Amino acid sequence: MSGILASMIDGLLVGAVYGLAAMGLSLIWGVMDVINLTHGSVIVLGMFGMYLLFAALAINAYVLLLPTMVAGLLLGIVVYWMAVHWVVGRSILMSLLSTFAVNMMVIGIGTAIWSTSPYNVNFSLPGITPKMAPFRGAYTFTGNHIAAAIAAVVIALALQWFLYHTRTGKAIRAVADNREAAELMGISTTAVLTIAFGIGIALATTSGALVSTMFPFTILSGSVYQLKSFVVTILAGLGKPFGALVAGVLLGLLEGVVTPFIAVSWIPLIEFGLFVIVLVAFPQGIFGKRATA
Amino acid sequence: MILRRPFFYIILIIAALFVYFPLRGNNVSLREDLILVAIAIILASNLNLMIGYTGYVNFGHIVFYGLGGYVGLYLATVRGWHLVLSALVAGLVVSLCALLFGLLILRLRGAYFALATIGVLQAVQAFVSNFDPWGRSTGMYLSFESYQPLGGAMRALWITYYLVIAVMALSMILSLAIKNSKFGLGLFAIREDEDAAVVLGVNATVYKAIIYSVSAFLPAVAGALMFYKNGMIDPSIAFEFMLSLEGIVMLMLGGQGAVMGAALGGGLYEKLRSYLLTSPTLSNFHLVIAGGLLLLVVLFAPGGLIGWLYRLVPRARKVIE
Repeated sequence: MSGILASMIDGLLVGAVYGLAAMGLSLIWGVMDVINLTHGSVIVLGMFGMYLLFAALAINAYVLLLPTMVAGLLLGIVVYWMAVHWVVGRSILMSLLSTFAVNMMVIGIGTAIWSTSPYNVNFSLPGITPKMAPFRGAYTFTGNHIAAAIAAVVIALALQWFLYHTRTGKAIRAVADNREAAELMGISTTAVLTIAFGIGIALATTSGALVSTMFPFTILSGSVYQLKSFVVTILAGLGKPFGALVAGVLLGLLEGVVTPFIAVSWIPLIEFGLFVIVLVAFPQGIFGKRATA
Repeated sequence: MILRRPFFYIILIIAALFVYFPLRGNNVSLREDLILVAIAIILASNLNLMIGYTGYVNFGHIVFYGLGGYVGLYLATVRGWHLVLSALVAGLVVSLCALLFGLLILRLRGAYFALATIGVLQAVQAFVSNFDPWGRSTGMYLSFESYQPLGGAMRALWITYYLVIAVMALSMILSLAIKNSKFGLGLFAIREDEDAAVVLGVNATVYKAIIYSVSAFLPAVAGALMFYKNGMIDPSIAFEFMLSLEGIVMLMLGGQGAVMGAALGGGLYEKLRSYLLTSPTLSNFHLVIAGGLLLLVVLFAPGGLIGWLYRLVPRARKVIE
């Protein structure tokens, strides 16, 4: 019994990182109505960014989150002008395909450089082994998982503060609500969309960097986290970044509950089932407003 | 009625050329090249039914091909059925699965559906990788005796080739027939404006589920034939996500919505890919080039090659559909 509890707690920690990844997807989706299919590959770029930085500098991996975040912001701005700006407002098919094309290019270049063999970031913090009941020292919670979860929550709170208490953040929310009205109020939507896309990508690279401190990864790992991000975003409801963090923690908890009982390779099946059930049963997301029409 | 369309005869001529060239001089390497082109055309044509006709992106189209391969190989090896029968049954089984799946996920509209199809691919792959009768992640092998009913391995490979060409011709004819039917008009209406189509009496849910299921049939048959020819199958080759994506590139390159567009894109892209894969400097970058090509087409020429031709020669619309 305490084994399941330990697995659940670990799931919660990992889930916070899923939530952070999904926040990026949710922000972009909510603000510009673009489903960003580069998400998975950008998460992987975050992992490899962390790998390269750590290999070069060998300092505390969590300090390196800052450069990966800045690099993500810049990358996001480049990708926005390359593939997204021209399709915002066109049919959803076009933005799916154009972001998807960027995804293929990133994976292609990544495979050429790093092949598909696994990598890991060789950095670990001391774990915590609780002595009290019910664990009695039988389980150790990895230091990296705890640190990654704390980092994810701090970044999520910072984003929430940014969106609600700064001028730029308020502009982003205004554009998400109604682009035309925002433009009439003198907000430059192009600038806002660029910044929002950059932030979304920065969240993805950061979460990738956090994942790389927890699990080994390959250039193709992105699709797994992309599916999780979609599930989380749908659970939370579109354009609700903080909801995404909570939903991510819930997904992690669910994984923690089921992993002691079934093989890990079944997890995509369960997540997909959850995805469809939630979409069909709660099209507005669990935290979303009920449809009024 | 379809016999009156000039394009119908163009399809027959294309298929006849595919049969004639390798047969002349018993050219096995040409046959192996062309079978890949034919598979690409089959996948792109059937994907066109979803993307081009109905306006629904299916990222997991390869799932039909892979599942068809599994069911076909299972029936041919474990049950010892004849190739043609196992391929047809594979097609029917996969179509039925697609219909059931379709009724569930096609309640989702637009982008949500596209995301669900990625999930379908990953879920089916997870299922097959854990499914004991199909050898889990190691897959299945064809026993050599399975070639006996067709008169030995050499003859079996030629027969499979002709069958794949037949499936290719059928894919194009199916696209043509749907394009010129009332059912096809209903699909186009859904593509243009689903709400308006529903108001005008198109039962969108049923139409979408039917076309999803129809677009599964021939790829599944082709998968059964192809994996029978290759003699082995495992989850990573059967459900290769990249192939699913390349199908979309093919379709966009040739021109979505047009029968010839799908075929042209499939054929050209497959040629390009085999060139890139064999070239020593470019082999690592074929995905990059494919992605770049897709981006250029999406941004600058959403009609693809056929759209460009239509603009250049408007009357071509009447002949090349």
